[in-house]
Amino acid sequence: MTAPVDHAAVARGATEVLRVRVRRGDGLAAFAVPRRANQTVLDVVTEIQRDQDPTLAYRFACRVGMCGSCGMTVNGRPRWTCRTRVAAVAPEGELLLEPLRNLPVVKDLAVDMEPFFEKWRRAHGYFEPGENPPDDFAAVLPDSVERREADAGIECINCGVCYAACDVVTWNPDYLGPAALNRAWTLVNDVRDRGGAARLAAVAGDAGCHSCHSHMSCTEHCPKSLSPTFAIAGLKRETGKAALRRLWRRG
Amino acid sequence: MRAGVTQAPHRRPGYAAALVHRLSGIALALFLPMHFIALGTALQGADRLETFLGLTHNGFVRTAEWGLVCALAAHMALGLRVLAIEWLSYRERTAIVVSGCLATSFAVGLLFLLSGA
Repeated sequence: MTAPVDHAAVARGATEVLRVRVRRGDGLAAFAVPRRANQTVLDVVTEIQRDQDPTLAYRFACRVGMCGSCGMTVNGRPRWTCRTRVAAVAPEGELLLEPLRNLPVVKDLAVDMEPFFEKWRRAHGYFEPGENPPDDFAAVLPDSVERREADAGIECINCGVCYAACDVVTWNPDYLGPAALNRAWTLVNDVRDRGGAARLAAVAGDAGCHSCHSHMSCTEHCPKSLSPTFAIAGLKRETGKAALRRLWRRG
Repeated sequence: MRAGVTQAPHRRPGYAAALVHRLSGIALALFLPMHFIALGTALQGADRLETFLGLTHNGFVRTAEWGLVCALAAHMALGLRVLAIEWLSYRERTAIVVSGCLATSFAVGLLFLLSGA
């Protein structure tokens, strides 16, 4: 996680300049940015855009780790840049900033998230209330197995870091990816949802949960410390059980 | 709009584990037909089996045997890792666990050599 920052040393100007390289198209553009106390990677990109090159394209919104829009590849690792301190990832004072992997680049550090969210739809990553609304509120006990399973994955902020870290997405562009499957798993465990069977069918295909190779990259890189790998494993078990139930009925 | 050119991160023990797991599985799958051929020669008499086994008494086959033992151990250890992740929700320290799996497979290979097989 975050390494301790020697604020006093930075304030004294111990490491004066960050050497920053930014991937722009097929090439790299070099910048020098003053090093500051508590500086985040997003601060660095913003400073470059405001003071050195206003044509640099990147995306951010909340700056506090809630919106999931500032994902970039920082020194080879996908990260949320608003909560990534420079001191933790660039001890030598060098930063290589690139767009997220596995997504089309719009310009510079901004990627097109459309394929990412399209896969959420394909994985039925939305609540299905069913045809007839229930007469009363559903009782969901906080300690129930389903509630705890849903809780484990519900804090996803859709930043795309896991999607960029996933090797299977690189190999098979149709693969639904860790975030969409994680969302599907939270809904499979939502006792109010009525679209379970269709959702399990949607995630059981060739580009679904069974394509996961358990590399654990999504779990290792998730900035919210979620475990899409376990969610995908849960989907593997549930789709397996659903297939056995279908076989049993036929027999 | 074009696809990005960002390269995959370099240090990925989970990737290495999956690669070794699959390659060892392929090696074992290729070995199985050879194993059945050897068993099949036994059906044709002891002489045929001995003749076939005689062909295996060379350095290349012995080295391949050691490799297969290592592959079998690696496949089992890495398979147990996957089971622990997927059934026990084991949030592993991937680099250490994968290193342990590979070390175990080489230890089994060493035992095989020391046993004089």
